[in-house]
Amino acid sequence: MPFFPALHAIEAMIQVENLSKSFGSKRAVDDVSFSVERGEILGFLGPNGAGKSTTMRMITGYLPPTAGVVKVGGHDVTEKPIEAKRLMGYLPESAPLYTDMTVEGFLGFCAEVRGISGADKAKAIDRAIEMCFLKSVRHQSVDTLSKGYRHRTGFAQAVIHDPDILVMDEPTDGLDPNQKHEVRSLIRRMGQSKAIIFSTHILEEVEAACTRAIIIDQGKVVANGTPDELKAKSELANSYLVSINNTAAATVREKLGSVIQAAKVTIVNDKPPTVLARVFPKDAGSDGALGQAIFGVAKQNEWNVNEIRKEEGRLDDIFRDITLSDTQTR
Amino acid sequence: MKSIWTITKRELAGYFNSPVAYVFLVIFLLMTAAFTFLIGQFIDRGQANLQAFFMWHPWIYLFLVPAVGMRLWSEERRLGTMELLLTMPITLWQCIIGKFLASWIFLTLALAMTFPIWITVNYLGAPDNSVIIASYIGSFFLAGAYLSITSMTSAFTRNQVISFILSVVICLFLVLCGWPPVTDVVETIAPRSIVEFVAAFSVMPGIEQFNNGQIDSRAVIYFLSVIGFPLFATSVIIRGLRA
Repeated sequence: MPFFPALHAIEAMIQVENLSKSFGSKRAVDDVSFSVERGEILGFLGPNGAGKSTTMRMITGYLPPTAGVVKVGGHDVTEKPIEAKRLMGYLPESAPLYTDMTVEGFLGFCAEVRGISGADKAKAIDRAIEMCFLKSVRHQSVDTLSKGYRHRTGFAQAVIHDPDILVMDEPTDGLDPNQKHEVRSLIRRMGQSKAIIFSTHILEEVEAACTRAIIIDQGKVVANGTPDELKAKSELANSYLVSINNTAAATVREKLGSVIQAAKVTIVNDKPPTVLARVFPKDAGSDGALGQAIFGVAKQNEWNVNEIRKEEGRLDDIFRDITLSDTQTR
Repeated sequence: MKSIWTITKRELAGYFNSPVAYVFLVIFLLMTAAFTFLIGQFIDRGQANLQAFFMWHPWIYLFLVPAVGMRLWSEERRLGTMELLLTMPITLWQCIIGKFLASWIFLTLALAMTFPIWITVNYLGAPDNSVIIASYIGSFFLAGAYLSITSMTSAFTRNQVISFILSVVICLFLVLCGWPPVTDVVETIAPRSIVEFVAAFSVMPGIEQFNNGQIDSRAVIYFLSVIGFPLFATSVIIRGLRA
């Protein structure tokens, strides 16, 4: 008997270890490792062609990895694919569907392939249809559906068996803002009891729905943390934007530069009479001290201050910063 | 087994949800009737057998079977549903067999609908019904062989037309390489042993045995292997797509 039997249950739902995939000489995914636990919603970020879809296809057992291991609920996806696939729901990119079936027929087929039949099947279909707001198109043929409904049908297919693990490749792609909002809140709700991975290149989505985010670029994981942690990595994080009237830019730069907590001062905009300056902290962790010092300087010199604003750091800055290499040289 | 049947049911429903199935059935029945009565001279022969009916099957199937099977995998590839199917908790083999069975059942249904000709010949004379049953079994196997080849070619490509043409070419080869009018000509330029070796791949000798009323184990084994090998190749191609 193990001393702490509960420890065995803490094994991560998805465990990716040193995963690589090559297509010919091109390395699409390069030594990627991470894990996702129950209750986590992992956002998978990266520019187009970074290896997001390839990684997800390996996790769901569609593509065999060139090297490395994927374990889903403790089952190795390569060695025990059936057991692993049973635990997962998967929404592939652009939500492919059998166009010659009705929504209900398609969901029924997916349930049956997953071994759900009889009364359970009817219940599972009803639940998925209600969850994904598909009632009005229930008996409609898939090829007559609009894009939003198709996407939701794909989503319904992924949750038909109430899986512990959900893998979704760009679940909000091509949806209108209302539908995006719907899908995000759906993901958040399900994230409380499941392990979820979804890929996106919409950064606000990560802030809205994820408990953790991974940024992947050219097949490698380049950042891994909570959205707040990632934002803090941004150069702009904890810097202050100061807007002052009727003062020369040079004076502003000099006076603010003399603050002990400031690393450097840049003039963002100098359109008389307004000067806009950004003050970067020496120590990004120092909380508030820089702001107070700036207030002090402004008061001392009797500046006509319009605004002092603290920057929290923006996800798209950090995203651009670490993934720019393939579109342009820095 | 249950998963195979689930796949088969979906595919079969797919045929009948679109007008394609009905169009196919009508064309198949019209063509078999036209060949039997107009070209095969079924009535004028004055013979109480279905030779004039079965002799055309290798040729009629040549176009109709690839038309039935061409979408098996190419459509999955085109729609992207292959990714969906192969991430479900079923094996690739269950998918391949399930899809193949659906098309084979459909073709068998088409074949079964030719029963009026069998009633007709029994009404007009006293045919040897065991020969007719053997011929039906041969025709059933022949459809399976062509279909299996079409399953393979449909895995090659996401374009149904290419899949159709490729399978017609391969099936045509399997007919011609053992068809006496062709082999007789080839024998004048190639060594006899090579011609005989190639002819051994043909569907024709086996079909002729069935049409003569013999159910020979060698013919059965031949057809089962012509069904089995392309299905195996289908799995290799689909695995290769993902590697």
